[in-house]
Amino acid sequence: MSLRRTGVVNASGRPWTFYLLLALFVLYVLALYGPMICIYILSFQDVRGGLVFPMKGLSWHWFVDLFTQVRTGDVKGSFDRSVKLAVIVTVITVVVSFLSGLAFRRRFRGDGIVFYLMIGSLVAPGLVLSIGTGLLLTFIGVEARWYASAVGAQLSWTLPFGVLVMFAVMSRFDRAWEEAAYDLGATRWQTIRLVVVPILMPGIVAVGLFGFTLSYDEFARTLQTAGSLNTLPLEIWSMTLNVTSPSLYALGTVTTIVSFLIIGACLGTIALIQKRRASRVPAH
Amino acid sequence: MGAQVMGAQGHIELAGVCKSFDGFNNVVDGVNLKIPDGAYCCLLGPSGCGKTTILRMIAGHEDPTAGEILIGGENVVGLPPVARRTAMMFQSYALFPHLSVRDNIAFALRVRGLSKAERYAAADAMMRKVRLSELADRLPAQLSGGQQQRVALARAAITEPRVLLLDEPLSALDEHLRVQMRQELRQMQRELGITFVHVTHTQLEAIALADLVVVMEKGKIRQHGPARDVYASPQDRYVAEFLGGQNILDGRVQTVNGHHAIVAATTGRDIKVPLTPGVRVDAGDPIAVAVRRDDIELMRPDAVAPEGVVSLASRIRAIEYQGYFVKVMLEADSEEEFVVYVSERKFYRNPFEVGDAVLATWPVDVARLLA
Repeated sequence: MSLRRTGVVNASGRPWTFYLLLALFVLYVLALYGPMICIYILSFQDVRGGLVFPMKGLSWHWFVDLFTQVRTGDVKGSFDRSVKLAVIVTVITVVVSFLSGLAFRRRFRGDGIVFYLMIGSLVAPGLVLSIGTGLLLTFIGVEARWYASAVGAQLSWTLPFGVLVMFAVMSRFDRAWEEAAYDLGATRWQTIRLVVVPILMPGIVAVGLFGFTLSYDEFARTLQTAGSLNTLPLEIWSMTLNVTSPSLYALGTVTTIVSFLIIGACLGTIALIQKRRASRVPAH
Repeated sequence: MGAQVMGAQGHIELAGVCKSFDGFNNVVDGVNLKIPDGAYCCLLGPSGCGKTTILRMIAGHEDPTAGEILIGGENVVGLPPVARRTAMMFQSYALFPHLSVRDNIAFALRVRGLSKAERYAAADAMMRKVRLSELADRLPAQLSGGQQQRVALARAAITEPRVLLLDEPLSALDEHLRVQMRQELRQMQRELGITFVHVTHTQLEAIALADLVVVMEKGKIRQHGPARDVYASPQDRYVAEFLGGQNILDGRVQTVNGHHAIVAATTGRDIKVPLTPGVRVDAGDPIAVAVRRDDIELMRPDAVAPEGVVSLASRIRAIEYQGYFVKVMLEADSEEEFVVYVSERKFYRNPFEVGDAVLATWPVDVARLLA
């Protein structure tokens, strides 16, 4: 009994603070996911459906509408562009983050300045940065394009994140592994290919995941830099201004599913790498 | 390369080797050392004394700022480890965490372009040799410390190096395993018949293993030689203190006569000490005298010390039972502690108590003047 000297203990053996914190946690989760869940639920209404509760019927109607009606906007085209843009941004983010991770394995003159320059653009407000990029492009007479200027604007957002994640991963990388490889006769390239990349692979996948999801739903920085053709977030935004049917919600549901599929694929890849490493044990 | 002297391939010679990382502090300061082929050499010293830097320079992971490093008679400065035919075992082993034991051991053969079948055959043979066969498919994280050490050894040995360099190989292990793996290292060295250079800060490890002990301080070699010479005949105070087992008495030389010096110890009594060849002393010099703790005999104060024996009167401050011997600590005026190791049986024939007045006695010739 002496162990329970703190606070009032009720019949079930848990202190009242447990229920207080539990309630707080439930509220937290509701605040996080409640709004999204409302959208997902309302997207499954039938043809009578509106933009607010209560639910009217249950059907796939608005999903069908999304892919058949032209009046809802260029969903297919913008989705296409968003995915392609995200792939370009992801590849650049992964390559640059990996290389800067390698560069920062040891200290060098001015490394602090270089580091803050790399992550500084995180602080800049996205919309301002977007307007600035747009202005600059107009000034030098280049037309904004989603596959050129938007890539640059999005990289100012994904690269700092990628670099930070890579640094966290690199902090657990032991340089003795590289020295051991060199000692055993590996060339620099063999060391990167056979030792550094495989050890860092889960981290590299995580950087890619960050790059993709950050780019896929980036809005502020893309707004003034995408040019005449919209990316998906821009398309959804313009739809909220003129589409007044639950097909907007259906679009939200579909894009969320795509995001989850990509995250799932990445986590699956990491799990597979780890499983393949572990499964070598009973193989013999 | 072709004209190598067979049988002396693993002979290492350091000539005037210096290393500075910042341009003005020498971490390694003019080291000259010859390590014979097939020797087990321990570089011993506290952290920061430059021992690991020397090891890394022999291995080819650092280049000396000045001086030459010869292996098998050929200057290897600037050559990569593979061309030197050295292999290094890293402090925490640095096993590749994503590769199985077999792939770790076969790594050196893989980067040389051997086929999978060839390198696995060689790795399997090596694993049989070091009793790792049943662990072939494990990952390093699934191994105990001792097993990891064996993998690291096997991975280094598969390249058939002429010199194996070990950086604090036992520091990652617990006390019990350390003694066991120490023996395995020594046995492995005999089987391979190659030169081992082993860096450690533990004097027990060094004297237990090495043919050649090199005691270092601040980038310089203080003394080197067979383990027994370094332990029993330390040349200076630093070596005596670092290897332990000695009492060090400070004093001033009173008179020097042919073979002996009379030293006035700060403890009050005069001590007769044999002169060490090579150590020049003159009357009035401050000097330190070392006496092995197990060379001292304790007597009752009323006992008469025989001829040729030095005696110091003191009082027992503390007694520690150590099993096969008893550690008796005496009161001393100086800061240095004065300790006597008495064999257990002998002590309990006529045991002393804390606070007893005693005479600490030793034959004149066992004391040593320190430089």
